[in-house]
Amino acid sequence: MPIEVLMPALSPTMTEGTLAKWLKSEGDSVEAGDVIAEIETDKATMEVEAVDEGVIGKIIVSEGTENVAVNSAIAILLEDGESEDAIDDMKSSSSNENKQSEDNASQDEPSETVQKQDHQVSQPEGAVVENRDVLYAKGEVFEPPMFDEASFMNDTVNQTVRESLRDAMSEEMRADERVFLLGEEVAEYNGAYKVSQGMLDEFGDKRVVDSPITEHGFAGLGVGAAMAGLRPIIEFMSMDFAMQAIDQIINSAAKTLYMAGGKLGCPIVFRGQNGAPGKVAAQHSQCFASWYGHVPGLKVVAPWSGADAKGLMKAAIRDPNPVVVLEHELMYGQSFDVPASDEFVLPIGKAKIEREGHDVTITAFSIMVGKALEAAERLAEEGISAEVINLRTIRPLDRHTIIESVKKTNRIVSVEEGWPYAGIGSEIAALVQEHAFDYLDAPIGRVHAADVPMPYAANLEALATPQVEDIIEKVKKTVA
Amino acid sequence: MAKAKKSAEKKSSQSDSQSSGKSKKISNSKVTLSVEDAKRLYREMVLIRRFEEKAGQLYGMGLIGGFCHLYIGQEAVATGVKAVQQPQDTVVTAYRNHGHVLLYGVDAKDVMSELTGREAGCSRGKGGSMHMFGQADGFYGGHGIVGAQVSLGTGLGFAHKYNNDNGVCIAYMGDGAADQGQVAESYNMASLWKLPVLYIIENNQYSMGTSTKRHAAGEFYCRGEGFNVPGEQVDGMDVEAVMAATEQALSFVRDGNGPYILEINTYRYRGHSMSDPAKYRTKDEVSSFKDGRDPITKMKNILINDLNVKEEDVKAIDKEIKGIVNEAAQFAQDAPEPDDSELWTDVLVPVEENA
Repeated sequence: MPIEVLMPALSPTMTEGTLAKWLKSEGDSVEAGDVIAEIETDKATMEVEAVDEGVIGKIIVSEGTENVAVNSAIAILLEDGESEDAIDDMKSSSSNENKQSEDNASQDEPSETVQKQDHQVSQPEGAVVENRDVLYAKGEVFEPPMFDEASFMNDTVNQTVRESLRDAMSEEMRADERVFLLGEEVAEYNGAYKVSQGMLDEFGDKRVVDSPITEHGFAGLGVGAAMAGLRPIIEFMSMDFAMQAIDQIINSAAKTLYMAGGKLGCPIVFRGQNGAPGKVAAQHSQCFASWYGHVPGLKVVAPWSGADAKGLMKAAIRDPNPVVVLEHELMYGQSFDVPASDEFVLPIGKAKIEREGHDVTITAFSIMVGKALEAAERLAEEGISAEVINLRTIRPLDRHTIIESVKKTNRIVSVEEGWPYAGIGSEIAALVQEHAFDYLDAPIGRVHAADVPMPYAANLEALATPQVEDIIEKVKKTVA
Repeated sequence: MAKAKKSAEKKSSQSDSQSSGKSKKISNSKVTLSVEDAKRLYREMVLIRRFEEKAGQLYGMGLIGGFCHLYIGQEAVATGVKAVQQPQDTVVTAYRNHGHVLLYGVDAKDVMSELTGREAGCSRGKGGSMHMFGQADGFYGGHGIVGAQVSLGTGLGFAHKYNNDNGVCIAYMGDGAADQGQVAESYNMASLWKLPVLYIIENNQYSMGTSTKRHAAGEFYCRGEGFNVPGEQVDGMDVEAVMAATEQALSFVRDGNGPYILEINTYRYRGHSMSDPAKYRTKDEVSSFKDGRDPITKMKNILINDLNVKEEDVKAIDKEIKGIVNEAAQFAQDAPEPDDSELWTDVLVPVEENA
């Protein structure tokens, strides 16, 4: 059967070009891959290669012809032993040929589409939580299932956030051999902030691994290990340093499941100190909540209390997706009553109302929850009743809790330690105007870092970082 | 002398250079090929060649979009490596991955359908040319960020060691990727922790349009020396040389000696991607490889001249491959696009709550 050689496109946008030169003549034999012609556009020249072996039966478009349409036949290739008569036969039989190939395709199709490879990623059985960001994109605000946290508070231990994080990791490592901790100074030094205190002694250097200072490399190593089925916890000494590795976190960890059509997942935890620990200036003080919160394919949590730390860290380790855990150095040493149970796992994507109120809603996460509670306490003395929501999860955000609160209080102030532009407060403002616009009695307020790199000098640093007084002032403006 | 019979040189002992972390200039060993082996190698290389030519053709017809990086000319590299690896080994590569994914057991129809963006594609139409997946035979994907797959491969090696499964990760990179900082970071970690990783630099002489002379200082195969990672150069236009060197390197790595670097010198006949007319090199240079050193022509000669396979038997392979590729091309045009609802799937793995 003779084969038509078609005018190729140099790019998806090319529609026509010049057939500059024929390198073969009628009657010449060609092998697949042989260059047979050159075509050009105003931008480039390219060689046309034979896609089959055979003999050039006929040159349809002569060299020098301009404006040759892409996909039009420029020559006809005869197979071994075919004569030029076959060219005429080709025209008469082409309709049959097309029909035949359609038949073949329809026969092949069903068997091929059912022949799907098994997803390597673990799929849960039973009732599963829908991807609420997807639901939100379709206009629905998801109400997270109830979580009975109070029942876990009957048996608590008073411990620091640091210890809560350590216990969460250790409990999960005892329960699951696949879990390991890797990062700078996590093992022999017991953690740059002593979060992994004692873990090397318990688990050994196979599972608590001191890495070189090589964030890009070890983040990628962690992602590869997760793809192979392990459950890495990758510690960044500071999330500022994770910027060296952000390509692996976003391009490899967050996007692979989607790019692979669900065939390859990445169950990994990236954790580290996030935000301003004080007196370390611009390169060690940034809040990355809105950076990671921006990315579909990631989950992002930001614990405040000891219970948050333990419950969210355990959830992050058990989650089959990449989860970023944003910790705060100034919280590491603070003590809380924390559930003792090994099964205390907080649902990712559910906020907690830390203090009920009816005049104004304050949303906060990480260290700012404590500041918001302090502000609420002082506002109460002045007769203003503030409801404080601890977001706990940045992505997927518990939009339902925020909206329901605003419907009650009709006012909202968002508090975060990060910069204002495209920040978490911006997202909350967009959410509230989309879903509770008619309930608002005042403009949405935002409290955030000053829109400058973090300064070192104590007075400037205090000015740049949200303070309790800033929250009080913003709330008063909102309720005025 | 018949190449296929040069078995005496096989495994010319684990060279001393390996254990000392020093690199050696060139690997000269050969393997012994049975007729069946030789036919299989020929078939695999021809499949890649014809598949890529067809992909180029479909691209030219506007049926494949975006970037499309063809493997034509480099077939002996992935084919030779695959021939000597073990079932428990894993593989990861970058965006020039059509050849690899075909070798690792994904059906040509599914690869071509991925290129045309169809539901039947091996990444279900969501990855495209640069992001091919399908875990058949331990293949962990084509990845689009130059160099990122080297760290991922180091992590796959970490998992082999962690699970103590006697596997090795084969992490491919191009000569361009070899310049990335995370490659050096990976060499360091892999050597420090004795991870079973074989790093393969497919040196096709160009980092996109920049020749190795203009983008790389020193020699690629020596770049592990500072980390005690030995390396060697291999002729990547000769599938037997690739097999021999890879076999030795894999057993070095599998024996717990840490990583190894193979710089496999090869050549892509086409441009960097479909939209590259390759004006930065001469036609003479291209034809010196294409006409003088082509791995498929070489294997065909071995089959016919050294192994006394009849020419019609070789032609039968060609014909079979032509059928497979044409069928794949037709299938990839007829297969349906993903359902619109697929836009929203595979962002996250669903989880049970209150489990």
